[in-house]
Amino acid sequence: MRPAAVVGTGQTHHAAKRLDVSMAGLCREAIDRAMADAGVDWPDIDAVVLGKAPDLFEGVMMPELFLADALGAVGKPLLRVHTAGSVGGSTGNVAASLVQSGVHDRVLAVAFEKQSESNAMWALSVPTPFTMPVHAGAGGYFAPHVRAYIRRAGAPEHVGAMVAAKDRRNGSLNPYAHLKQPDITVESVRASTMLWDPIRYDETCPSSDGACAVVISAEPTSSRAAWIRATAMRTEPTTFAGRDQVNPQAGRDAARALWQQAGITDPLSEVDAAEIYVPFSWFEPMWLENLGFTDVGQGWKLTEAGETEIGGRLPVNPSGGVLSSNPIGASGLLRFAEAAMQVMGTAGDHQVDGARVALGHAYGGGSQFFAMWVVGSERP
Amino acid sequence: MTRPLSAPLDVGFDYTRSTGPTLGRFLSDLRRRKVTGIRGSDGRVHVPPLEYDPVTAERLSEFVDVAATGVVRGWSWIPEPLEGQPLDRPFAWALIQLDGSDTSLLHAVDAGTPDQMATGTRVRVRWRDERVGAITDIECFELSDGPAADPVEADDVTMVTTPVNLHYTHSASPTEDPFLRGLMDGRLIAQRCPACSKVYFPPRPACPTDGVPTTEQIELSDRGTITTFCVVNVPFLGQRIPPPYVSAYVLLDGADIPFLHLLLGVAPEDVRMGMRVEAVWKPREEWGPTMRNIDHFKPSGEPDASFDSYSQHL
Amino acid sequence: MRDVAVVGFAQTPCVRETDGTTNGVEMLVPIFHEVLGSLGLTKSDIGFWCSGSSDYLAGRAFSFVSAVDAIGAFPPIMESHVEMDAAWALYEAWVKLLCGEIDTALVYGFGKSSAGHLRRVMAMQLDPYVVTPLWPDSIGLAGIQARVGIEAGFWDERAMASVAARSRAAALSNPLAQLSGNVSVDELLASDYVADPLRRHDCAPITDGAATIVLAAGDRARELCERPAWITGFEHRVDSPSFGARDLLTSPSTVAAGKAAGADGVEVAELHAPFSHQEILLRQALGLGDITVNPSGGVLAGNPMFAAGLARIGEAARRVHDGSASKVLGHATSGPLLQQNLVCVMEGRE
Repeated sequence: MRPAAVVGTGQTHHAAKRLDVSMAGLCREAIDRAMADAGVDWPDIDAVVLGKAPDLFEGVMMPELFLADALGAVGKPLLRVHTAGSVGGSTGNVAASLVQSGVHDRVLAVAFEKQSESNAMWALSVPTPFTMPVHAGAGGYFAPHVRAYIRRAGAPEHVGAMVAAKDRRNGSLNPYAHLKQPDITVESVRASTMLWDPIRYDETCPSSDGACAVVISAEPTSSRAAWIRATAMRTEPTTFAGRDQVNPQAGRDAARALWQQAGITDPLSEVDAAEIYVPFSWFEPMWLENLGFTDVGQGWKLTEAGETEIGGRLPVNPSGGVLSSNPIGASGLLRFAEAAMQVMGTAGDHQVDGARVALGHAYGGGSQFFAMWVVGSERP
Repeated sequence: MTRPLSAPLDVGFDYTRSTGPTLGRFLSDLRRRKVTGIRGSDGRVHVPPLEYDPVTAERLSEFVDVAATGVVRGWSWIPEPLEGQPLDRPFAWALIQLDGSDTSLLHAVDAGTPDQMATGTRVRVRWRDERVGAITDIECFELSDGPAADPVEADDVTMVTTPVNLHYTHSASPTEDPFLRGLMDGRLIAQRCPACSKVYFPPRPACPTDGVPTTEQIELSDRGTITTFCVVNVPFLGQRIPPPYVSAYVLLDGADIPFLHLLLGVAPEDVRMGMRVEAVWKPREEWGPTMRNIDHFKPSGEPDASFDSYSQHL
Repeated sequence: MRDVAVVGFAQTPCVRETDGTTNGVEMLVPIFHEVLGSLGLTKSDIGFWCSGSSDYLAGRAFSFVSAVDAIGAFPPIMESHVEMDAAWALYEAWVKLLCGEIDTALVYGFGKSSAGHLRRVMAMQLDPYVVTPLWPDSIGLAGIQARVGIEAGFWDERAMASVAARSRAAALSNPLAQLSGNVSVDELLASDYVADPLRRHDCAPITDGAATIVLAAGDRARELCERPAWITGFEHRVDSPSFGARDLLTSPSTVAAGKAAGADGVEVAELHAPFSHQEILLRQALGLGDITVNPSGGVLAGNPMFAAGLARIGEAARRVHDGSASKVLGHATSGPLLQQNLVCVMEGRE
């Protein structure tokens, strides 16, 4: 497998409704930025990979087909990945494999979601006959598992609020973030409405329109590159008898494979920044454990000690993460791109000083699809 | 074996599409009874206008006015129109090259009978009276070599609403079928996996860890344990009861997997993990092939189950 | 690059309507058992799983998620999914094998077209701003292309009917086909139009079905299969969605993919042509001359959406496995009027 690197990243200004652009215009805002960042032009791109969550969100079946002109894909190979909420991450990994395999030299990966075209809650809950209606809404699926985590780990109640306050403050440092709340505090999060007890309003992700693009290349196109040191994907069924919904095995297996491939034996010491898919605040400590940054039951202690802040031992979501911007299909690729930006030193005001190794992480479905990569500033 | 139960599944939503500047111009002009194209990198005028060039991928910006009259370049005949199509009587789909354009637009031609249609035939737009800024502002094309109607004034549009209504038949799986038929009689039918012996309620088309259909049927009681839960305080689209209420995972006695249901008859702050519950059924005359026959669960009054007895189901 | 081969293939019968769910599990369980059993493998021997399917075909979001129940995906598996015909899932798996991390992959596609109204569902693939709101149906659209070809002298209704008659006759040797039989061209031409100039026989039937292929690399392929179908060229391309600006009588994406994949010299081709005239067009775009095309009957004899392209590759590989051909081609298409095309060239080696 030959080395591959992220050589350019781009993203849109994320917002609840990007009514100024079409779907094509939204994608191009991210693509044009990524290609400018990489210093490449259309003839330099060998293939395009598009990632997006369910087609029902935008009401277009296989939208990559009608977007082929805008994606610069005409006459080229075009792949469409869909692995639920982890799709942005899978898109990055599939694009990486196209270069690592030697099939292509330079690939454009794009992911988008234009949630304002419809209503995600509707799209996810079309009343299927014979199926028990979910009485709980979006966060209601995950809230019981958060409760189970709190009980199992014996975590104090304020940890979730700490994550939310940190990510929203980080988001205020990110010019592309949907939510920017520099003045948010743990107290103000705890005072916000309890939506799905134990999840409060300020602990949930927004619904965003947005896109992200990265250029992946076998050779650097400038002095900056984020070398892909490892990729991993794992899947398990949504539910099965005895399934651990708090600390799913698929996530643990993916992380173990990832660290091994990257040659990392002590992730907490060796990783400088992590962009982890945290749509509800409590998933930060849950995924810290699942990823092996801490032992089981200890993740919340890292958060509570402030070690996941920018400047801490493991800054988590310096970009503000999914809690600050959530264009569903693009959210995973945003994590991957933000990790690359950290090791390329292009993260601007949310740059982690001296970051040389970073994690990009995405998950989807009922915490069952996992996609991850590790990027580093050194060529392998 | 009888066929598994099936029922209609309708997928309908009015999508709200922001057009962006290029398509916005085209759709706004349709509202004005005008047709606008755009010039591509090869000099060709595209109608409808393309946002990005198919050859260079560059954003296109040179708008070109074209006529509302043109020539049929290819066609097919639809003897039985489908839901949503421009005409409800037999019509032709046609690729129409408008005068001043180099590419063809797809639309319907109201030709009456197929023998009226021919490639090379001249057609003109039949404008809809009420125009909103959508491709359907063109009601259809009609056979004519005369001029089209004059443009009128109208405001710009930046959004277009696209209703999507699709109709499906949803079928239960053969393993789900006895479960659904059991519910019609107020019985809770689970199935055991022949490989791992785990009891699935509701049954699945295949055991998710072994990939084999479950076969052995087991009837369960309507009592169980709350493994975990959340208190729903938020209103949302399609909600059936006013918040706050408890959505809980119920592990029926004898089952190896919990399912989500409603927990009522207890204040949300008094609900606990491990709480013992029993089903409250709807009146028998309301029963159907659905878990909704159980209106909700309520505390049974038994002592709480120990954490160890359900911790492997979290 | 490593050598990768198709070593196993299975598909369900092509039927007008199955009893099962839209998540494909009931169709997939038996063909997983068949393909793994024929190779002496179990699920734990598979390094990577990849599938192709469509939410709009099923009428609900995340329809592919439940399909992994058919695998028994615990312990967790390395897995991915494309919202495309599974031929493109095969491509993703091939790339994964080339990376060298794994030696085997199982690819599957499934579709229950009977659940919805396919002609209307396919309108959802068109431009959502200026085309889909008119609900152009897939057959009406293909009818325009067929007429353009007739009037340009590229084919005629008799040539189209001949493709259909040959497909059904070929399908007599395919026990999984939905439509087969000896029918005369004159009989076919005596039937009514569905969308003039297309008659029923010119259009692929509505089919429920699923297909699966096992890929293996290098020595693993040689262990598993006496005569592996080695992939010597695997390419796909897409054309502009603006079919009103396209020359409908050629398929630049097919031409480019065929050239890059090395289609010269193939002895048998399985072409994914949902309409009779498209087989004529594709045969020309790939420069196939008068070689045998669609010995299985092709999709005019059974068209399980999102599995049919994969099945073409499987059917072509089968001719290498059984020794009846040494260089074969499988083709898949996607999108309106042959917008996106994939070519997989495979060879047997002595």
